[in-house]
Amino acid sequence: MSDKISTYPGTSLSEKEIRDGKVLSIQDQMPGKFSWDTGIAIGKYLAGLKDGVIFGSYCATCRRTVVPPRTICEWCFQPMDRYIPLEDTGIVNTFSLCYVTWDVRRIKEPETPAVIEIDGASSLHGIMHKLGEVEPQEIKIGMRVKAVWKSAEMRQGAITDILYFKPHEGSH
Amino acid sequence: MSDRVAIIGIGWSGFRPVTPEYSYKELMYEAARRAYSDAGVDPRRDIESFVTVAEDFHEGTSIFDEYTPDQLGAVLKPMHTITGDGLHGLATAYMLIKTGQFSLVAVEGHSKASNLLTPDGVTAYAQDPVLNRPLRMNTHFVGGMEMNRYLYESGSTQEQCAQVVVKNRSNALENPSAPFGADLSVEDILSGPPLSWPLGVRETAEHADGAIVMVLASEEKAKVLSETPVWILGAGWSNDSPGLENRDWSSANYTKNAAKMAYRQAGIYHPYQTIDFAEVSDIYAYKELQSLEELGFFQFGEAGLVTEEGLTHKDGDFPVNVSGGCLGMGNLLDANGLARALEIVLQLRGTAGPRQLEGINVGLAHSWRGVPTASGAVMIMSN
Ligand SMILES: [Zn+2]
Repeated sequence: MSDKISTYPGTSLSEKEIRDGKVLSIQDQMPGKFSWDTGIAIGKYLAGLKDGVIFGSYCATCRRTVVPPRTICEWCFQPMDRYIPLEDTGIVNTFSLCYVTWDVRRIKEPETPAVIEIDGASSLHGIMHKLGEVEPQEIKIGMRVKAVWKSAEMRQGAITDILYFKPHEGSH
Repeated sequence: MSDRVAIIGIGWSGFRPVTPEYSYKELMYEAARRAYSDAGVDPRRDIESFVTVAEDFHEGTSIFDEYTPDQLGAVLKPMHTITGDGLHGLATAYMLIKTGQFSLVAVEGHSKASNLLTPDGVTAYAQDPVLNRPLRMNTHFVGGMEMNRYLYESGSTQEQCAQVVVKNRSNALENPSAPFGADLSVEDILSGPPLSWPLGVRETAEHADGAIVMVLASEEKAKVLSETPVWILGAGWSNDSPGLENRDWSSANYTKNAAKMAYRQAGIYHPYQTIDFAEVSDIYAYKELQSLEELGFFQFGEAGLVTEEGLTHKDGDFPVNVSGGCLGMGNLLDANGLARALEIVLQLRGTAGPRQLEGINVGLAHSWRGVPTASGAVMIMSN
């Protein structure tokens, strides 16, 4: 390790020793339950997803359509109240290949998070979702994709009503 | 250049037990629009820095401050969130302007308590995880123990605490923004179910939703923008040691120290003579009595007596919680201090409607962060 230190000083602990209670510690789990009101804009968005439609909102001052929709334009601070149905196609703005799961397991086939700039929305406005029906190595920035939806009876008004976006040739 | 600081804009949304029609962002936006319009400023152009108060566990979002800029007009501007009470936020904005670096600063606080389904579970997580939480007791027990020792030492009575509820919920009837107005008797309060004896359920403020935004300005800006600036004369805050094992259960020394700090800045030596009215924490009814004594308005053990005599009534010599307080407006979590300050501003402007007090020049807002904290803040304002 170095000229002066050949081994780590001290006594090392194994996970087993901690698990077996040989090291004093206190364990607990917080009862934290939340139910977030979706409000006007996100409520409209989720209701749209249930119907298989992606809604954006339009700011007349900035002449900009944002998705997901909101009641407030963060640039001019004016209210937004025009909801516009958008296409369910778009292009990949950026993506990553994620080799660790939500619950922190290593995986061989990566998750494919991506931001998809939705056709009909102003540039740089898109949906945070996943890609599917594509080899991870084939994914490219700028690639055209289309939403793959759950069947109408399975949709419940959630971002997961879209299963993923898949490669899509052809113009919208 | 003078270094006085004024509140020149106020806006709020609420207050109601539930607000299913709005997301917390939309609730904040409504309050912010009103505050900016009231101040005559455009947040995108004019406001130079933003301060919000929030607690991640109340919101259910880690690093919650990241979710606040859009609905305040704060995108790509200096902003930060404090995990403290609204009065800590106001004090921070006050200091930002005092630095001379900023002349217009906005402060925001809100409560979406209705979206937190396990408030007692979250509050339990404010207990010490090793020493206290394994005993598995609802954190209201801290209020019960504090009340018990306070009554024991001060000679104040449960009837006097109940009188606070009667007064504040009656005051709330004159406040269109207060959802818990009611005509009750001391008997009504005392016959309610116990929460953590001697503390009763009816002496405990119910949670409510709402948002409050205020705009603060340097003297130079305030004189240009506002015809009714409310000047900040002093701000103070203080925390006692957190231990339940060794705190002073009868006195709120944090409030005493916070007040001392604010009085020193304001040059106030005789609070009762100088200050005309106050809004103080009444999350639990006894807290109003205890706080009034710690703030130096009354001797230890006197607040209950003067409350019975009607001195703190809206028509009395020293009105307290004319807004309805937390008991009348609701427990707004981190926004409680802003709700107290809001009433001070409305009264000092002369725009408090049917509950307007006459002949007032100086008001004091006080807040406590609730159990199990020993954390308080004070702000003194004048017109
Ligand atoms: Zn805009």
